[in-house]
Amino acid sequence: MKKMGLLSKVYMILIFSFMYVPIAVMAVFSFNESKSRSNFTGFTFDWYINLFRNDMILSALGLSLVIALVASVIATVLGTMASIGIHSMNRASRSVIMNISYLPVINPEIITGVSMMLLFVVFKNWMGGKVFGMPTLLIAHITFCVPYVIFNVSPKLRQMDVRMWEAALDLGCTPVQAFFKVVLPEIMPAVFSGFLICLTYSIDDFIISYFTSGTLQTLPIAIYSMTRKKVSPEINALSTIMFVVILSIILFVNAQDSRKQKKNSARR
Amino acid sequence: MKKVVSCLLSVFLLALTIAAPAQAAVTVADNGYDWERFKGQDITLNVYNWGLYISDGSDGGMDINKEFEELTGITVNYTTYDTNESMYAKIKSGGADYDVIVPSDYMIGKMAAEGLLAKLDFDNIPNMELIGDQYKSRDYDPNNEYCVPYTWGVVGLIYNTTMVDGEIDSWDALWDEKYAGNVLMFNNSRDAFAIASKKLGLSMNPTSVEEIEQAAELLKEQKSVVQAYVMDEIFDKMEGGEAAIAPYYAGDAIIMMEENPDLAFAIPKEGTNYFVDAMCVPATSTQKEAAEMYINFMCETEVALANCEFIGYSTPQVEAEQLLPDELKNSPIMYPSAEVLENTETFNVLPDDLSAAMDEAWSEVKSYDEGGNALLVPALLVIAVVVIVVVLWRKSVKKKRNDY
Repeated sequence: MKKMGLLSKVYMILIFSFMYVPIAVMAVFSFNESKSRSNFTGFTFDWYINLFRNDMILSALGLSLVIALVASVIATVLGTMASIGIHSMNRASRSVIMNISYLPVINPEIITGVSMMLLFVVFKNWMGGKVFGMPTLLIAHITFCVPYVIFNVSPKLRQMDVRMWEAALDLGCTPVQAFFKVVLPEIMPAVFSGFLICLTYSIDDFIISYFTSGTLQTLPIAIYSMTRKKVSPEINALSTIMFVVILSIILFVNAQDSRKQKKNSARR
Repeated sequence: MKKVVSCLLSVFLLALTIAAPAQAAVTVADNGYDWERFKGQDITLNVYNWGLYISDGSDGGMDINKEFEELTGITVNYTTYDTNESMYAKIKSGGADYDVIVPSDYMIGKMAAEGLLAKLDFDNIPNMELIGDQYKSRDYDPNNEYCVPYTWGVVGLIYNTTMVDGEIDSWDALWDEKYAGNVLMFNNSRDAFAIASKKLGLSMNPTSVEEIEQAAELLKEQKSVVQAYVMDEIFDKMEGGEAAIAPYYAGDAIIMMEENPDLAFAIPKEGTNYFVDAMCVPATSTQKEAAEMYINFMCETEVALANCEFIGYSTPQVEAEQLLPDELKNSPIMYPSAEVLENTETFNVLPDDLSAAMDEAWSEVKSYDEGGNALLVPALLVIAVVVIVVVLWRKSVKKKRNDY
């Protein structure tokens, strides 16, 4: 790397402060003794302790995590199958299908949310029962996650050499075996990154969940509802914990990767 | 890495052990009410309340929902909302079946008129007797059929005595040039228009579009002295001394005054808004009797007291009010005198055309500007055009060069 000039250094510091100062402020105020968000009056762990006593926040967090995990697993499986199907189509129908699956991504979330709710209301009246809750929330989250998986996996499939798959078949694999032994390992990085994107979008989502959650409450909804009074510093504490967890996961994965790379290059 | 993980884990476990629950159970009044009739029936009650609007044990007080579950064996699924309107949208659309909701006054009137609320069976809510008479039979529920009051309060002016000369007793202070740049204002149409109407000597429930326009003119005039339109940011701004004067709800004002002793509160002489949040049961509830039991529980003296202390708003439950510390009970902020309350108004439901007119006038007020920011948009446009021209020009230069 070339040595950076003063200007580019300043620029970089600015950009990084925009990204990380808010998080730092949030973390600092999670240790604030009073509820104030402007005056730091003293150091305390109270908000962390309170957080673990607060059933409402914890159950909202639990629900968010469960929904995110289940929805992304299902969406990843569905999305991967879809992209394989799309991949083997002819050109015209492929582009049609791809464009259709683009729509939910471009569509404003509020439209997706409201239209899903209306659909579920129709079903509810039709079946006369209670539909809203876990099932609707899951369906909604899977729906908006699937396209992201497709967009991740499709390019990887296109890059893959078809001859590998043909070779596997020639050498006696059944199509199923060939898929699991040759195709899947090849596209696995894309599948995995699709899964991660789903996970983040699902935990993040407020608008669609808001309309489809029925009497349940995910974490973003719980936080948003506190704005009439004052968002409790317990939320700062929770966000800080989440940030630290994610940061350590990233560091861990990167450390693992670089170790592997070192090993590989040493072998060569 | 392993060390870090195990370190984190141990901190986590430690936190869990510290967090072990430790508080006494609630004692309910012994008046023959059968709290246990739903035990073992595996009933879940869906409760929809404002955010941070129930004592949940986080400040060392009572965890009301847990106490209710232990007493009755009914499971409470407790969720929260941020505005009357978002709650209304959810109930109206049929997107959720709730058993207990806590709308404000005007929303109760609207929902009752639209048939969204169930009539309560007060045989199941004997504690309604403990609610003060002055909180019953208000305009939004004249026959006491639909709701049981939960909290109430008035809107007033909170101001910083070090930044304001003398005492303040009028909404005029919010228009005073002396405090230019130090005034905060409500960031919601209904509350903002109510203040302007009161200053004009009009009712805060306008009956014609002209009244709304008059109030809107006044709000536009005010814009030059307003520092910001805020809701909960007000806590930080007032506590930190960043603003001199602001309108807000009395219960929240007390909390701000505890943080910053320089703050004072006044109820303007022109009269003000008196609001009530009350518990209702939606018409779609399938657990009406259990819902009524929950409402009854909320009116138990100990429970109402815990709620009042946690939320900071005034309680309509007379026994709980008596048990409050003297400085709260006798506080003219929390429990204003009868003459002051005489001069207050509750919000009514606005007819559709007026509420549309108000929304429109409000966005006009918010976007109204006497220069300054008005230049921002054209400036951005000019910059965008310049950038596009430069890009195109460079492209054409490149193309020409390639052509040779």
